[in-house]
Amino acid sequence: MAVRVQETDFDVGAELDRLSTGNKRIGGLAVFVGLVREMHVREGYHRDRVDALTLEHYPGMTEKALEDIEAEAQRRWPLEATLIVHRYGRMEPGDRIVLVAVGSPHREAAFEACEFLVDWLKTKAPFWKLEETPEGDRWVGAHAGDDQAAARWEEK
Amino acid sequence: MKVRYFAWMKRTVGVAEEEIDPPAEVRTVGDLVDWLRNRSGGHAEALAEGAAFGAAVDRRTATFDVSIVGAGEVAFFPPFTGG
Repeated sequence: MAVRVQETDFDVGAELDRLSTGNKRIGGLAVFVGLVREMHVREGYHRDRVDALTLEHYPGMTEKALEDIEAEAQRRWPLEATLIVHRYGRMEPGDRIVLVAVGSPHREAAFEACEFLVDWLKTKAPFWKLEETPEGDRWVGAHAGDDQAAARWEEK
Repeated sequence: MKVRYFAWMKRTVGVAEEEIDPPAEVRTVGDLVDWLRNRSGGHAEALAEGAAFGAAVDRRTATFDVSIVGAGEVAFFPPFTGG
């Protein structure tokens, strides 16, 4: 059960090894790795090239927000291991931004909890993306699709 | 009390953070927004009515009705775009 916010890259294989080693109750790991995309899709069809991305965050609040999200996943699913690593600073297309990994005895819980964690961290953790494009720098706006994805996990 | 601004709001306001001493009747996040708007044109623009921004009180997400009495740090920011 861990949350890390860091400027440096991470090694997915090494992180997953560390997460599952020694815990034989884990039957499967579900993993999401977010990457910097070269194209920014705007309004579904309009595409701009992105040369680089700078992620700003709110030190102190970011860690708390991610820990809250992680605790919520553990409350909802029977999880043996969770890991969220989120980078900040400047990154280029193809670079890794975020790693979310979930270990559970059963795959359904691992898949669902992983999807939940990604959906909620996108809308509840204080990160902001600044894109460098050929037309200049631009702050990325919130996606209605992200809000809808997060909303489907709200408990009635 | 410290107020912090993030992403484009930092640029619009003109500073990343500032120390403020609001009067006693400024008791909630919403009161503080109203009070800050009068500090400069940049504040008025960043914190304009209808502008899409959120707030945190002592590093916890807060709605406009949340009390700021005794708080050490209030932050304002655009919607999150991480992940």
